[in-house]
Amino acid sequence: MTDLLTATSLDAFYGDFQALFGVDFRIAEGESVALIGANGAGKSTFLKVLTGLLPVPGQSLTFDGTDLTQHPAHEIAKLGIAMSPEGRRLFPSLSVRENLLLGATVAREGAWSLQAVEDLFPILAEKADTPSTLLSGGQQQMVAIGRALMANPKILLLDEVSLGLAPVIIRDIYSALPHIRENGTSVILVEQDIGQAVAVSDRLYCLQEGRISLEGPSATLDRADISAAYFGRKKEHA
Amino acid sequence: MEWINAILQGILLGGLYALFAAGLSLMFGIMRFVNLAHGDFIIAAAFLTLVFVDLTGLSPLWAIVPIVPVMMAAGYIGQRVVLNRLSGNDLLPSILVTFGLSVILQNLMLETFSADSRRVSAGALDTAAIPLGGGLAIGVIPLLLFVSAVAVIALLNWIFAHTAVGRQLRATSDDPETVSLMGINKKHLFAIAMALASGVVALAGVLLAVKTNFDPAAGPVRLLFAFEAVIIGGLGSLWGTLAGGVILGVAQGLGAKIDPGIQILAGHVVFLIILVLRPQGLFPKQRG
Repeated sequence: MTDLLTATSLDAFYGDFQALFGVDFRIAEGESVALIGANGAGKSTFLKVLTGLLPVPGQSLTFDGTDLTQHPAHEIAKLGIAMSPEGRRLFPSLSVRENLLLGATVAREGAWSLQAVEDLFPILAEKADTPSTLLSGGQQQMVAIGRALMANPKILLLDEVSLGLAPVIIRDIYSALPHIRENGTSVILVEQDIGQAVAVSDRLYCLQEGRISLEGPSATLDRADISAAYFGRKKEHA
Repeated sequence: MEWINAILQGILLGGLYALFAAGLSLMFGIMRFVNLAHGDFIIAAAFLTLVFVDLTGLSPLWAIVPIVPVMMAAGYIGQRVVLNRLSGNDLLPSILVTFGLSVILQNLMLETFSADSRRVSAGALDTAAIPLGGGLAIGVIPLLLFVSAVAVIALLNWIFAHTAVGRQLRATSDDPETVSLMGINKKHLFAIAMALASGVVALAGVLLAVKTNFDPAAGPVRLLFAFEAVIIGGLGSLWGTLAGGVILGVAQGLGAKIDPGIQILAGHVVFLIILVLRPQGLFPKQRG
C-alpha cells in the first residue's frame, strides 16, 4: 500500500510553546490508524496540524503528493481531509440537515451524500429539522461524523468520538466504522479508550508529551508496552 | 388624530433607521465587526446619488441601479484587501481603523462637495401623499422607504434561511474556526457579507438623499441612530432591527409632537430606558 499522508520529523508550536517534537507519521490508503495518549500529549494538536488549523510552515507534511504546509485549512478540506472535531463543534444556528449540507460545501465526488449519511445514521433523517443543539450527545456525534463524511474525504479524522458518551452509544457509533471504510476511506482516530482504539485500528501510534513513544500494528502490540508508552513508565525489557 | 399621525410618521421614519441599521447589524452579526464609518458610507452613497442626478438628469431612484452594485463590489474588495486584516477576537483594531476611515471619508466629501447641505429632488414624488381619511396622509417617499426596509430585511432573512451562502454565513457567525474545516474560505465569506451590507448601505444612501437634507458631516448621526436601532432590537436579529428602528422613529415622532426641540432627545431617552431594562435588546438571537 502506498502512503497517503506522511509527516517527517514534524514540530508544531503554539506561539513559543512547542507541542509536537519530531513526529514521524504515515497512513496508507484505506488504513485505519489510532492515535492514543494522555491528555495534553499532542493528539489533537497533531490533527489540527493535518487540517491546517495550526499552520506549520517549513515542515515536512505531504498528502497525496501535495505539500500540505502550503495550504490554508479551507483548501486542505477541498483536497480531501475532513475532521469530526473534538467536542463535535456543531453549528448551533443550523438544523441537523443544514449541518450535514454544510459538510458538502467542498463538493468532492464520492459515495457519500445526504441520503447515504442518513442511511448510515437513520436518526439524523428523523431529526433533520431539529436544531443541532437539541440532540443528545451521541446524536450530535453522529452529525459531526456525517458532516465530515459529506465532504467525501480521503482521510477521515475522528477526534475523541467517545468522549462523554455511554458505552452502548459508543458501540453504536463505532459499528458504523467498517461501513465508512468500505469505500477505501482512511481513518485516523484519536481515542482515550485504549481497548476501543486497538479494536478498530490497523496500526497505532502512542504520543507522550509531544513525541511518538510507540508505534506498531494494533493486533500484535503488547498491552504492557502500550500502557508504558501511554503513561511514560520506563520499559523493563530492552 | 394628531397623535396618531405622529405615531404613523414615526413608524415610517423607523423604516429609514432600520435601513441604516440593517447593514450594521449584518456586519456585527456575522463578523463581530463594528464599522464606525457606516454612517459616512451612507452619506457617500447619497452624494453619489447627487452626482448621478447631475450627470444623467434622471429621477434619483434610478441611481439605485448603478450605485448598489458598485458599492457591493467596493465592499467586497475593501473587505478582501483591507478589513479582513482586522478580523479576529479583538474589536479594537476594527474600531480604530473604521474611525480613521470615517474621518477620511468626511474630509474627502467636504473637499469634493463643500459643506453645503444638499438635497436631491425626486420631482413630483417629493410632495406626493396618499390620503388615509380623517385628515391623515402618508407621504409616498416615507412609505417607499418603509417598504424598502421591510423588503430588504425579508430578502436578507430569506438568503440566510434558504441559500447555501446564507447557511455558510450563519455557520461562520457561530464558529469561524470550524467552518474552515468545511472548506469554506472565511475571507471570501466575510467579503460576501460586506458586499451584502454595502448593498444595503447604498440603497439607504440613495433613499436618504431623496428623503432629507444631508451634508458631509451628517454620517455620525446616522451611525448613532443605526446603533440604537440595532441595540434596541437585539444583536443578530434583523426583524429586531426593524422593530428597533420603528421604536426609535415613533419615540422621535411623539417627542416632536410634545415639543419640536426634544425630538432627537426623546429617541435617545427611549433607547437608554430599553438599554437599562433589557440590555440584550427586545429580540435577541435565540441560542440553543
